[in-house]
Amino acid sequence: MTKSLVALTIDGLEVTVPEGTLIVDAAKKVGIDIPVFCYHPKLHSVGMCRVCLVEIGRPARDRSTGEPILDENGQQVINFGPNLETSCTTPVGEGWVIRVNSEKAIEGRKQIIEYLLTSHPLDCPICDKGGECPLQNQTMEHGPGTSRYLFDEKIQLEKHVPLGELIYLDRERCIQCSRCVRYQEEVVDDPVLGFTNRGRRLEIITSSVPGFNSYFSGNTTDICPVGALTTADFRFGARPWELNKSASICPHCPVGCNLTLNTRREAQAEGREVIKRVMPRQNERVNEIWICDKGRFAHHFASSEERLTKPMVRVNNELVEVGWDEALERAADGLKDALKRSRGGLVGIAGGRASNEDLFLFQRLITELDGQTVLEDDLAGGDLTAEFGVGRGTDLGELGSGDVVLVIACDLHEEAPIWWLRLKQATERGAQLIVANARPTRLEGYTDHILRYPYKRAVHTALGLLQAVSKNDDLTPFKGDKDLQKAARLFKQAENAIIFYGGEGLAYEGSQALAQACASLLAVTGHVGRPNNGLIAVWTKANTQGAWDMGLRPNPSGHGKALEQASAAYMMGVDPVADDESLEGILREDTFLIVQELFMTPTAKMADVVFPSRSFIEREGTFTSGERRVQRFYPAVLPLGDTKSDWRIVISLANAMGVEMDYPSAAAVMLEIAENIPGYEGLSYQVLTEVEPQWPHVGGRSLAFGGTASENTQGLGVQVGPTVMPDEPIEVVWTAPIEEPEEEGLLLVPINRLYDRGISVRSSKVLHPRLDVLHLELNPKDASHLGVGDGAQVEFRVDGRSVQLPARLMDSVPEGVALIPRSLGFQVVRPTSIQIKLVE
Amino acid sequence: MRKNPLQLLWGLWTTFRSMFERPVTYQYPEIKRPVRERFRGRHELKRYENGLEKCIGCALCAAACPADAIFVESSENTDEERYSPGERYASTYEINLLRCIFCGYCEDACPTEAIVLEQNYEVSFTARRQAIYTKEILLVPVPENGKQTPMKVLPKSFDRAIPEMEDVK
Repeated sequence: MTKSLVALTIDGLEVTVPEGTLIVDAAKKVGIDIPVFCYHPKLHSVGMCRVCLVEIGRPARDRSTGEPILDENGQQVINFGPNLETSCTTPVGEGWVIRVNSEKAIEGRKQIIEYLLTSHPLDCPICDKGGECPLQNQTMEHGPGTSRYLFDEKIQLEKHVPLGELIYLDRERCIQCSRCVRYQEEVVDDPVLGFTNRGRRLEIITSSVPGFNSYFSGNTTDICPVGALTTADFRFGARPWELNKSASICPHCPVGCNLTLNTRREAQAEGREVIKRVMPRQNERVNEIWICDKGRFAHHFASSEERLTKPMVRVNNELVEVGWDEALERAADGLKDALKRSRGGLVGIAGGRASNEDLFLFQRLITELDGQTVLEDDLAGGDLTAEFGVGRGTDLGELGSGDVVLVIACDLHEEAPIWWLRLKQATERGAQLIVANARPTRLEGYTDHILRYPYKRAVHTALGLLQAVSKNDDLTPFKGDKDLQKAARLFKQAENAIIFYGGEGLAYEGSQALAQACASLLAVTGHVGRPNNGLIAVWTKANTQGAWDMGLRPNPSGHGKALEQASAAYMMGVDPVADDESLEGILREDTFLIVQELFMTPTAKMADVVFPSRSFIEREGTFTSGERRVQRFYPAVLPLGDTKSDWRIVISLANAMGVEMDYPSAAAVMLEIAENIPGYEGLSYQVLTEVEPQWPHVGGRSLAFGGTASENTQGLGVQVGPTVMPDEPIEVVWTAPIEEPEEEGLLLVPINRLYDRGISVRSSKVLHPRLDVLHLELNPKDASHLGVGDGAQVEFRVDGRSVQLPARLMDSVPEGVALIPRSLGFQVVRPTSIQIKLVE
Repeated sequence: MRKNPLQLLWGLWTTFRSMFERPVTYQYPEIKRPVRERFRGRHELKRYENGLEKCIGCALCAAACPADAIFVESSENTDEERYSPGERYASTYEINLLRCIFCGYCEDACPTEAIVLEQNYEVSFTARRQAIYTKEILLVPVPENGKQTPMKVLPKSFDRAIPEMEDVK
């Protein structure tokens, strides 16, 4: 649907924009900055601050005939109104003449700024926003210079109001633009902020417990046009002009949000460059100008005191620090020794924390040594997302009326908040969601198509959808109810359709069957190979998709099976022992173990050789996001201690083992990837660095229009397309789900929470108040059968381990199920049946 | 070229005469010549009469410094541990006097008149590290009747960064 175009003149420049465009946006498009405070291109306009005043002239028309009135020269007569009008609330009109920089408009804006400053404390020297403050910048540009009001009569308000643990409010500085309030309501639908009182006493309050309870709260500090909202993490940390900026990619989830790391040399860190704050970098196809609070605040792990800084080798059953040469020699000798032994071979385990370059070389080295690589992940289907993945040019921000998204077996709000946000926004543009899960999730609030299934029957649901659209007789046993049929019809008729699948409540085989069913569903309905159509896996790590693409595959029967056969193991950025303590027994025997890690993990503690690797802030590389967008991250700080990038360690080890491998840089490895990996053809660091103009413009001189999210000058990344073509005939494949026998007791299901107690989150002290404690979530009915009250201590055994933890009764938990959040202190890898006992 | 020998004697007479004049040299370091009022010597960080530091850690001096000689890290005050009025104080304040060109722009930039180029010109070092003057060196002693920072104060008594307080006389 294309809107008709409207032509108008702004300060003498001819502009043609779609109907309905606001004057302020139209002016921005031709490079005229109208000052704004309350207006933000991502929010509805309210016209509260009045600083965007302009003179608007409309073509005069004869009232009776509607004919244009012409002057004696035959020119259209333009009528200017007596008053200035707000350009942020007025859509353009045909033939209008806008005067932005006329004497009257300039004087009007001058007075508005003078008025806004009457209650502003002007404490710019100690304000965190000072230096990147729209109010400061626009006062310099459009303000009067002096004030007719008395400084001593300024109203004095609270300057230190915590709106929760993460965001602080300074009531004096607030100019009451309501950007934060509207952002929370309109954009992220966490309406936890509001105004109270009127006039000068008007102030921002939070209505939630804990205060400002939202996963997106940090973004309000970016769009706040003054220093009223500041983050607890950066508060008084540095002045903006002192910060060095480097582009990066968020390492926490598969969305791949673009970041800018702000760094500075610190005396407190003995002169080292440290990360002062993490800011969003604009990429309208990925994260727009937002990031979640985990991405913003959980960066401290990279500069943690606990980081490994030196290679270590095992001497007399203890790990001692040595130099690189010695460690590499020990590793090579140990590997050669172990491989000479008759039993088994080499097993290499790596995961989605490593970059594409690391994984590609890792895969090559292990293959050269006749070993076997194992991808550490419990979610299957990375091969299917490569085959049936979303087409090149996919943009969740384009989904609208007629498009359908199926989200199955995952909780996007907890697992990938920005995807949640983008899908929620898609529904506002008319897209339909089908949300299938065993328990209610937040995304369900935005759709009528909710498919609820019992855990263990996720695959049945997907096959039910497939049955409804394919009419394959073999699928008849999976025929679903009316709701499911309706959802299937909706999916079939969709113009564009995307499926997000996760692994909640599923073991590896289950997720394999689910991914297969979802891929077939897309294929049967013709939703493959095109932009905005395809399959997306909700991985738990940033680069799991990249690991699949580089050729790594999980072992269907678990790492244990693979390691049992091995005489040597090489682990890169993974910690399987933490997830599965039984591996300790397997590894403790005479397996020669090399671990490449950031931290002294339980796996690293058992290693014969430990290589310290660099975190994402100290090195360069690429991640492939869930949407298969390959994006580059850059080094922001100097490397810690004697650490090396993972890919360099792999090369060093390869050379020590006599395997030829020689790449001078990560960029050279990427060229090799481009030659060898299907779909990655033509990629290089230069291509990944390309940018194009994006709307809305952020950055710029005043920072008022978009906020402090940074402009993307370092690369938008390149999306790797699926291998299946749109019109290719596809054989519908599906795997029947494994029918598991009903077992006694409750089904224990691990679920993902955004903030867990893993080291990458735990290292950020600022998030500590938001970290949950280990607990078990039970349905009140089950609890009453067991005689368990809310908060009571319960005990259960799983895989031979026993744990005591408090129970929480929640109606959202399905009956017969106990939910345990992952990484809070007790790891449960796959759903299992448990017997719960009340602890007296 | 021949010269009049009497001119040589005339010159020597000047030398002889000056032997009876008062010397202009000072016996430094025993005797120090007082500097002019607007002399720009080594920096000092001033305090208010009650002992609170004037510096609020805004780092505008560092921004104004043409030689990049000043480095500031700031932190947040609490009423339990208060260093300066308002919310912000300098937790690290360093001036590299090897870099400093004594231009006085830091004084001009300071919103609280905390940094002043005083009269001390005796800055010499034998190692580079010694040239970095830390906050402990730069900060003036606590005035009489004042308290050492950090001090515990009554809540809300000093919550303005630019307060109405008496300067040390």
